[in-house]
Amino acid sequence: MSTAAIVGSGNIGTDLMYKLLRSDHVELGWMVGVDPDSEGLARARAEGLEASAEGVDWLLARDELPDIVFEATSASVHVRNAPRYREAGIRAVDLTPAARGPFVVPPANLTEHVSAMNINMVTCGGQATIPMVHAVSSVVDVDYAEIVATVASKSAGPGTRQNIDEFTRTTASAVEQIGEAATGKAIIILNPAEPPLIMRDTIYCSIPADADTDKISESIHAVVSEVQGYVPGYRLLADPQFDEPTGNDDRGRVAIFLEVEGAGDFLPPYSGNLDIMTAAATRVGEEIARHLAEGAAN
Amino acid sequence: MPFSPELDVRVTDTSLRDGSHAKRHQFTEAHVRAIVRALDDAGMPVIEVTHGDGLGGSSYNYGHSLVDERVLMRAAVDEAHDARIAALMLPGLGTKDDITAVRDLGVSIVRVATHCTEADISEQHFALARDIGLETVGFLMMAHTVSPEVLAGQARIMADAGCQCVYVVDSAGALILEDAADRVAALVAELGDDAQVGFHGHENLSLSLANTIHAVRAGAVQVDGSTRRFGAGSGNTSCEALAAVTERLGIRTGLDVLKMIDAAEDVVRPIMDDECVLDRLSLVMGYAGVYSSFLKHAYRAAERYRVSGADILMECGNRKLVGGQEDQIIQIAADLAQRRES
Repeated sequence: MSTAAIVGSGNIGTDLMYKLLRSDHVELGWMVGVDPDSEGLARARAEGLEASAEGVDWLLARDELPDIVFEATSASVHVRNAPRYREAGIRAVDLTPAARGPFVVPPANLTEHVSAMNINMVTCGGQATIPMVHAVSSVVDVDYAEIVATVASKSAGPGTRQNIDEFTRTTASAVEQIGEAATGKAIIILNPAEPPLIMRDTIYCSIPADADTDKISESIHAVVSEVQGYVPGYRLLADPQFDEPTGNDDRGRVAIFLEVEGAGDFLPPYSGNLDIMTAAATRVGEEIARHLAEGAAN
Repeated sequence: MPFSPELDVRVTDTSLRDGSHAKRHQFTEAHVRAIVRALDDAGMPVIEVTHGDGLGGSSYNYGHSLVDERVLMRAAVDEAHDARIAALMLPGLGTKDDITAVRDLGVSIVRVATHCTEADISEQHFALARDIGLETVGFLMMAHTVSPEVLAGQARIMADAGCQCVYVVDSAGALILEDAADRVAALVAELGDDAQVGFHGHENLSLSLANTIHAVRAGAVQVDGSTRRFGAGSGNTSCEALAAVTERLGIRTGLDVLKMIDAAEDVVRPIMDDECVLDRLSLVMGYAGVYSSFLKHAYRAAERYRVSGADILMECGNRKLVGGQEDQIIQIAADLAQRRES
């Protein structure tokens, strides 16, 4: 079993804590924040973790260091912390958009970067939609994919709001790199409706005119089940909708409609966008732990 | 306070941006040049040219542009002598890179639009736009969904971020007379000398021009219209009628009424696929408070799934969809079709 620390005791870090506490592969030992009054730190202590408001310096000064650190701070903080984790020989799973390491989206490339010292979890919209782009591109070639992520206003924190361009750029680039679409585009929409709406995602992929639509549907359903393995509230809202080629390019289109309901570990269920991030990070952490255990066994 | 010593109100024509919805984003360079030439000649001070959904809007979700919007903006800049060219952008769709790119094309005003409760996603875009010397306008869309006080608070966020004029944007054409005036007045009271206030109307309840006059009387010094009402839903405030009415009321806009009337009839109308009319679906949009650019998408989805377009739009209203959620129209139509079959 690998040991782990969470850096960042805000909403994401706290939700992640509850998921990691249930893990059979990762033993969570530490929670680090910067605010002594943080609810996350209090909850961590209540769960028996060592918790400190003295930041990463405190963590890195421990006699025993974690094998894995989960970064749930902000991109700028992670940019500063990343080299320090690396020097200390700690694997980093980065939930911020800092993009210091390769992108990982579990159904698409969970094991590919398992030995990397730093792994980036893309964005919430990326974790929700790239599995679907991957499902389509593993059957046919996708020359263009576009994702629309709609989240409840209440689930978009100041980090997302102040850096909304980072969301669109990082997600679009991961749609290309991990989703394997030749060109990717990402759109995020905040909806303030009350009660807050559950995260909704639409994925459009451009597909060949003669694509085997049954095979694409099958692949979509299979990947949905795979994601449900770590996010049970990941659901198709309708069967995949296929459109015949129109206009001048000889490409058809598939549109996939999803909602993502969170597990409600700490964050409310409507914020499936945040839940899929912490659930995917847990999945990645467990894979790293397995890999480290195998290395030790050999 | 008038807009400037010469103008009481500055009008922005948005037929080449809001009209892009009605044209299903099929504008050509020749269309843009013809409209810009005619409006420039009629004294239109600002002409907005962008994909209907703003920079980067060409997409499956909103409809692909026939011609790259940057080509169209370059043509507009080239054609305009006195008019200034504006571009619209929506954070979450467009990025700061788009703003820099259009500045380099010669666009001089950027209009940053957010849903009316989400102004804080625009802060970095206003900051950049001001840094690179662009004039800034902020759009608080779907303004009918919140109270004047809430709207004024959001306008404050935009003004503090560098926005020089915050618009009350009646995206659904759902505001009724005092609704428009009260919102404009609340923004004027909040912003004082820090920023101007504007109004953008739609014709879905047949009130866009009346609302615009109410807005001006409440203190708006910038207003939008579209020549021949060429815009989403049943279109925007008619610029040529606005020119006539403001002249009669003694409000200085700098527009030449007869030249505007000719431009509408001889230049803009022939470019439109259809007249923008107050038909069943556009009236339902005003009634249910639905974002005007959903109209063509609702027609298309109703036809494809053989369901009622009015039912689709009413459901958009029930679900409290905001601008940009065009994807949900397909999902709603598929849902209605499935319910019909079961």
